[in-house]
Amino acid sequence: MTKMTYAEAARLALKEEMERDSTVWALGEDLGFEGGMGGQYKDLQAEFGIDRIVDTPISEATIMGAAIGAALAGTRPIAELRFSDFAMCAVDELVNQAAKARYMFGGQARVPMIARMPIGIRGGIAAQHSQSPEAWYTHVPGLVVVTPATPADNRGLLKAAIRCDDPVVYMEHKGLWGTEGEVEENDSHPIPLGIARKVVTGNDLTIVTWSAMVDIVEKAALSLADEGISVEVIDLRTLWPWDRDSVFSSVKKTGRLMVVHEAVQVGGFGAEITSEVSEHLFSMLKAPVKRMGGARIPIPFSIPLEAAYMISKEQIINKSKSFFS
Amino acid sequence: MAQVQTNEPARIFNMYKKMLLIRAFEEAAAENFHAGNVRGSVHQYIGEEAIAVGICENLRNDDLLTSYHRGHGHSIAKGADPRAMMLELFGRVGGTSGGKGGSMHIADFSVGMLGANGVIADGCTISVGAAQAIKLLKQDKIIVNFIGDGGINRGPFMEALNWAKVYELPVLFVCENNQIAATTTTKTVTAGDGIEARAKSYGIPAITIDGNDLLLVDRTAARIVDEIRAGSGPQLIQAMTYRLKGHYAHDEALYRNPSEVESALKNEPMPRTETWLKDQGVSIEEIEKAKDEAKKLMANYVSDAHEAPWPDISDAFTDVQDVGSPAEGTNL
Ligand SMILES: Cc1ncc(C[n+]2csc(CCOP(=O)(O)OP(=O)(O)O)c2C)c(N)n1
Ligand SMILES: [Mg+2]
Repeated sequence: MTKMTYAEAARLALKEEMERDSTVWALGEDLGFEGGMGGQYKDLQAEFGIDRIVDTPISEATIMGAAIGAALAGTRPIAELRFSDFAMCAVDELVNQAAKARYMFGGQARVPMIARMPIGIRGGIAAQHSQSPEAWYTHVPGLVVVTPATPADNRGLLKAAIRCDDPVVYMEHKGLWGTEGEVEENDSHPIPLGIARKVVTGNDLTIVTWSAMVDIVEKAALSLADEGISVEVIDLRTLWPWDRDSVFSSVKKTGRLMVVHEAVQVGGFGAEITSEVSEHLFSMLKAPVKRMGGARIPIPFSIPLEAAYMISKEQIINKSKSFFS
Repeated sequence: MAQVQTNEPARIFNMYKKMLLIRAFEEAAAENFHAGNVRGSVHQYIGEEAIAVGICENLRNDDLLTSYHRGHGHSIAKGADPRAMMLELFGRVGGTSGGKGGSMHIADFSVGMLGANGVIADGCTISVGAAQAIKLLKQDKIIVNFIGDGGINRGPFMEALNWAKVYELPVLFVCENNQIAATTTTKTVTAGDGIEARAKSYGIPAITIDGNDLLLVDRTAARIVDEIRAGSGPQLIQAMTYRLKGHYAHDEALYRNPSEVESALKNEPMPRTETWLKDQGVSIEEIEKAKDEAKKLMANYVSDAHEAPWPDISDAFTDVQDVGSPAEGTNL
């Protein structure tokens, strides 16, 4: 085991995949010198050359469109959009082209690309640099949506995303770049897409979460354990496909479900999970399902206002306790 | 109605004072960023002040302006209150957006400043729409759209040029060419003969000028603003300049050749304007006094910002929308 940051783990994954497969390449703004916002491409241009780590103009529509074309023509591109907020400049290409080419063309086309677009609040970068739009893409048939929470997962899931033959929306969290975690350097296997990770085992309440909220939910679960509430925490890892089996079997055991995500609660992916569970496991539920997501407001700049958007460990603890009172 | 060109020292001295104010604002912003008082991204306009001031001096209060991520200078030049801007950077009550926007979203609609922008080139298309509105409302205003040299490679810029020309809209595009976009030298990712040629290919009159020459920017803007107001249709000014600092306050810009920065320092607008003023008989004492005043003013704004209250949590839930606005403290 080696200690590594979330960004370093992603860099390692990309490096390994680029060494393994010469058709893997990346395109985006400032990838060469800067090495990506979190250093996730650091020095890779020096190692693999300017044709495999391609510095692009500020042209998001073409970054995404070109990745699609390059995927259709036999390579495995990673389109780096820097912020999921800027990826919105290229949603058309992603949704109307990448997601649909395979189907519309009757299976002739495959689009093995990654639309890599970090999400989330990093602190003080306000309404156009902090959003978490992962639920948008789960709504689009044809797309895979991945939201890694730990360094080890960012390595294994990125590798799986690169090897995936369908377009993957890969959403790292900007607040996690510097987070450290153990990574098994010798195990270079991808982590299969669609398999959740059990973070904490428990019996009284299932909390399903992903991305940066995993750490906060885990801490809340540890505090709740001290108070005698046994929480099972599931990191979904992949939102589409999502691991119904793991979630369902956990809820069958605990009889209670809460979903927690940083994204706006209204229309968030928590709604999908809680309604699936309500529909299929209703008779096993000991209490109505609950959701926690961000307030339906643009993310404000000022510290206390930004905090009003975010979900705290204390709020998770309180809402968890409300299942039992 | 041609404006009489008077580069009389008093007028230029006033513009110089605005440049000093911008410089002092940017220095205070970075200082407070490093001290942890200002969060997020602070893109300093240091070294480019002559462009904003030279252009905006030729605008009316009711003329409109859109900016990009490096928007502090444009805002001050257009007449936004730097005190309110400093409070905004600190996220406090009394800030231009009450602390909701921060550095990348400075706006002051009372002086026609329709907002800095976190998304590159989005101001271009917004400007086209504002110009359509000006036309529809039969006003004699114009709109100025500031954009960086990196921004011209986004589609919306090209779409905006085409559209503005097709409908002969009263838009002045001002491309501030500091030759770099974040860490990328812009010419390495930009094809063709540059921004001026790109505008001309749409039939838009375009000119390239030394953006660090305040008098030249002023003179050029005076003529072009008049022409646009008189119905010339859109025009473009490419103002050559240099970003003296990093891309943002936490970037030390180590990717640049130190000799390039050194020679740029010789060409920066503040000393050049100073030299001109001195040649016109403005005394060194007057200039030093102006510098001190700008710094003192900014120090006052910073201490006001420290003392200003934080916004109330309830503010997070206002101004979202009318119908369907969230109730305070709820997620709905
Ligand atoms: C659509 C979009 N893509 C990427 C970014 C990230 N970004 C912010 S500033 C910048 C460089 C901009 O360069 P330029 O337009 O020359 O302006 P300058 O910073 O030099 O003033 C980039 C790539 C963004 N804000 N918006
Ligand atoms: Mg630039």
